[in-house]
Amino acid sequence: MPNQEYSGILIYAQLTREHYIHTVFYELLDKAKELSKKLGGVDVSAVVMLKKGLIEKYKESFQNMGVNKVFYFEDDVLDEYSAEYYSKLLTQLAQKITPEILLIGATNQGRDLAPKVAAKLHTGLTADCTELDINDDGQLAATSPTFGGQLMATILCKNYPQMATVRPNVFKVRTTDSYTDTEFICCPTDLAGIEKNTQLIEFTKTIENTINDLDTAEIIVAGGKGLKNEKGFELLNEFAKSIGATTAASRSAVEMGLAPQSIQIGQTGKTVRPKVYIACAISGAVQHTVGMSGSEYIIAINTDKDAPIFDIADTGIVGDFFEIIPEFLKNRH
Amino acid sequence: MIKIALCIKQVPDTTDIKWTEHNTIQREGVESVINPYDVYATEFALKIKSQAPDTYITVFTMGPEQAKDMLRKVLALGCDDAVLISDKKFAGSDTWATGLTISKSIEKIMPDFDLVVCGQFATDGDTAQTGVIIANFLNIPHVTFVKELTEFSEKALIVTRQMEDGIEKVRVNLPALVCIMKSDFEPKRALINGIIEADRKEIKTLTINDIGLKPEQTGIKGSPTFVKRAFRNLPSHNAQKYFLDPTESAKLLEEKLTSLGVIKNA
Repeated sequence: MPNQEYSGILIYAQLTREHYIHTVFYELLDKAKELSKKLGGVDVSAVVMLKKGLIEKYKESFQNMGVNKVFYFEDDVLDEYSAEYYSKLLTQLAQKITPEILLIGATNQGRDLAPKVAAKLHTGLTADCTELDINDDGQLAATSPTFGGQLMATILCKNYPQMATVRPNVFKVRTTDSYTDTEFICCPTDLAGIEKNTQLIEFTKTIENTINDLDTAEIIVAGGKGLKNEKGFELLNEFAKSIGATTAASRSAVEMGLAPQSIQIGQTGKTVRPKVYIACAISGAVQHTVGMSGSEYIIAINTDKDAPIFDIADTGIVGDFFEIIPEFLKNRH
Repeated sequence: MIKIALCIKQVPDTTDIKWTEHNTIQREGVESVINPYDVYATEFALKIKSQAPDTYITVFTMGPEQAKDMLRKVLALGCDDAVLISDKKFAGSDTWATGLTISKSIEKIMPDFDLVVCGQFATDGDTAQTGVIIANFLNIPHVTFVKELTEFSEKALIVTRQMEDGIEKVRVNLPALVCIMKSDFEPKRALINGIIEADRKEIKTLTINDIGLKPEQTGIKGSPTFVKRAFRNLPSHNAQKYFLDPTESAKLLEEKLTSLGVIKNA
């Protein structure tokens, strides 16, 4: 049964390395507003941690997004993410404002932070949810994939706040304009007794934008194990270029060293939902398909007529990528 | 001397899941394997041992009696000691309860540990949260998404982390916990001597009484979350399959991409 002492939805607003509000926040906010309606219109709030003096920069964004309250911690020590500092402050806030639901984006940072906060709050955390809903008893029903995405589990939480993480690109942002007179609440950065035992020495950027091209790509061409070698990926890139698509890869292709991990789609990679997804020589193991099955239209090219990728595709072309694509490119030139 | 607590898990082979007619997972006869990310974790621990031979590695797993087979295999690779955390009262533990139970076990067996090593994900639940929860209950810092070990001493580790936008190099003071994403060195093979030695080793078993937890702190009772419903994720689309020669296939691809508005007719 819902606990009356807890009310409202709190969302962690992650700032990227370049100080943008991470896109997953917008996605969570949109879903939170839907949940709020089902809960009788409870507050939807955000919490953000930033360097001193930076909150002004974000005020308009939060207002335009229609966030009811923004709790912010401003301190120079918060400029760089630290699990020790951030978990302490987020825990303090959750204990003080007692939200019934706490949502965090399942980015690497979110996955680093959320379990520590859940442990401190003695509450449950459902990871990588693909659906969030409110059940008849007013509780958060969080559905997440298990066993490599083959089994879906709807999980309830006995304690409060009920916590969940959701990966970027799992929820779509539907509502756009909803200006609100947001209340901004400055929270004291009380880090007494917390030692920082981890220190970032250096960061090497390996992809150009934090917002990976794959997040916004409308057309994705992905290659799998069947591309065999670098030549296969060159052909894939050429094909992608000819139709204005972004290149991606399956886990096997990444493990074979054919593509970087940053473009890996699937359970241990990214989740994408483009308009068109073209799977080339990808067998379609569930750990891959959980990352792309939300695509609007799926075309699969594979030599194996029984490859599982055909079960989720809209158009299946049984044939050899190395024979079909050169033909395709010939016609385009 | 560095003392490592290595946490591993036995998982059902998810590439080989069979379904009952009611769309529930058929558990009988399903092969259990070591969680693939825990293989990386094991390699990480053994890499430290290979460079500092007096390193002592104790392997922990929580699970049924059968998990001893996996522990023996890991012992054969060069780990020193193994502990099975097993009790009917642990059954049904979620990540919170599992994290608490494992942390209590480590405190019991290895109170003076320097480092806890876990895999980043488990392929059955894929929550990627137990490691961080263990670290929290042990009151030590954690580093997740660890890719490589750069340097280590008895005081600190320097590791790289795979992030979405690049690679971080991080220093963490010991004692600490690391979650291993992937290592770049080859899986070790057990030597015959290792296998024989491993078979002779006694594997300790810890029960709820041994670690001083109450029944309401672990298992289903101690878990804040519970599964309300589980259902099979059935494919939603269904491809029309075309068996054509390469030229015809290329033409079909062109037609589809044109009708979807991806390309314009050449």
